[in-house]
Amino acid sequence: MDLISLSALDLSLAALLVVALAGLTFWARMGLSRSLLIAGARTVIQLLLVGLILQTLFDNAQLGWVALMALVMLAVAGYEVMARQQRRFVGLWGYGIGTVTMFISAFAVTVLALVTMVGPTPWWEPQYAIPLLGMLLGNTMTGIALGLDRLTQTVWRERRTIEARLALGSGWSEAVATMRREAARSGLMPTINAMAAAGIVSLPGMMTGQILAGAPPVEAVKYQILIMFLIAAGTGFGTLGAVWFASRRLFDTRERLRLDRLKAGRQT
Amino acid sequence: MDRLLDVHALKTEHLGPLDLALQPGELAQVTGASGSGKSLLLRALADLDPNAGEVRLQGEPRDNMLPVQWRRRVAYVPAETAWWGECVDEHLPAEFSREQALHWLDQVALPEASLRWEVERLSSGEKQRLGLVRALLNQPRLLLLDEPTANLDLENTKRIERAVRGYLAEQDAAALWVSHDTLQRQRLGGRILTIHEGQLESPAWT
Repeated sequence: MDLISLSALDLSLAALLVVALAGLTFWARMGLSRSLLIAGARTVIQLLLVGLILQTLFDNAQLGWVALMALVMLAVAGYEVMARQQRRFVGLWGYGIGTVTMFISAFAVTVLALVTMVGPTPWWEPQYAIPLLGMLLGNTMTGIALGLDRLTQTVWRERRTIEARLALGSGWSEAVATMRREAARSGLMPTINAMAAAGIVSLPGMMTGQILAGAPPVEAVKYQILIMFLIAAGTGFGTLGAVWFASRRLFDTRERLRLDRLKAGRQT
Repeated sequence: MDRLLDVHALKTEHLGPLDLALQPGELAQVTGASGSGKSLLLRALADLDPNAGEVRLQGEPRDNMLPVQWRRRVAYVPAETAWWGECVDEHLPAEFSREQALHWLDQVALPEASLRWEVERLSSGEKQRLGLVRALLNQPRLLLLDEPTANLDLENTKRIERAVRGYLAEQDAAALWVSHDTLQRQRLGGRILTIHEGQLESPAWT
């Protein structure tokens, strides 16, 4: 089977639907039409740019370019994790904890998958490496952001309890154990739910894409299973690591709770 | 006589530098306007806030002890005690003497069964009395009491005063007691340390 190529006219027809929706919300004074049109325009521009970049990358498949692309993706994901925190760590830690744990988990899992499971030649073949890394980073990013946000919020709220436990002679790890467990749970829940509902509630996007591109459904399913396991591992290890590092960072060497290491919450 | 607590040039962001010493068995009161730094002093001694200076307990420098060891020997009891479990006994040290527990519960007029009470149903006065008992079960050398009778009626206030006095005499421990109540100050007696804008005003050495 060959991929049916989409023409500019096909895309314009789809765009008309969005314009129609914007028109309807404008007419109903819902204040959504502007954001809809801007978001639509961003989709076109951003995806076309990425398409061009990927095309260039595939044409010049060199390890250096693939690594550069990967680092840019990591840097953006790290920023995104930081921006989603209500109370982020001050200084470099605000950016560092999420970025470093994503680097360790998402990169390690991607490389492992490329070398041992998918096995393209060379192992960093951009056609496999970039989409894999993208999916892992995207999910790990969400897990880490949720986990860190939950951790700092609950520690802030429960600071009297934590200090009471410290004052009674508990170590930092014991004093913060409940909050850490809760944070890890909220970071991992979306992934666990996605695995449990896969194929029943919705067909996962990657699998749908492969089927549309003409791959036999069973092949697409195998890839999807692989990806889901990789995502679960990357998100899980990344979230646990980030939550652990962050909870350690909330205490100093004398095991005092240091909320001054967090920025005050944003007023929204 | 050896000092129980020896503090030299204790300093935090809003406190000190100040010097302070306590003898075994001594109860000293801390007074001062609100915001003067009474609680900050207790928190710094418990090592809950970042602080600099030299602090020794029974001659041993604080920095030689693990934070956990320090806070078991130096018990900070705030006016509002915090509870995290469902039942009172979840908040007790991993190891403690049953006999001691019964003794101190009796001193603050609570039955043995109160250890199995649900935290949800405790009154603020019960919380305060149980908060003191759970701190004493670590057998601390120094008690840092931040208005430990703020939620109590006169009868229970006097019970707590007697219990703390009894503990100090029995264990040769010392206490710093923050109080706003003039009558209580007279009942407790002992040295009175006045804090003003983070500095000790009255002579603090003995």
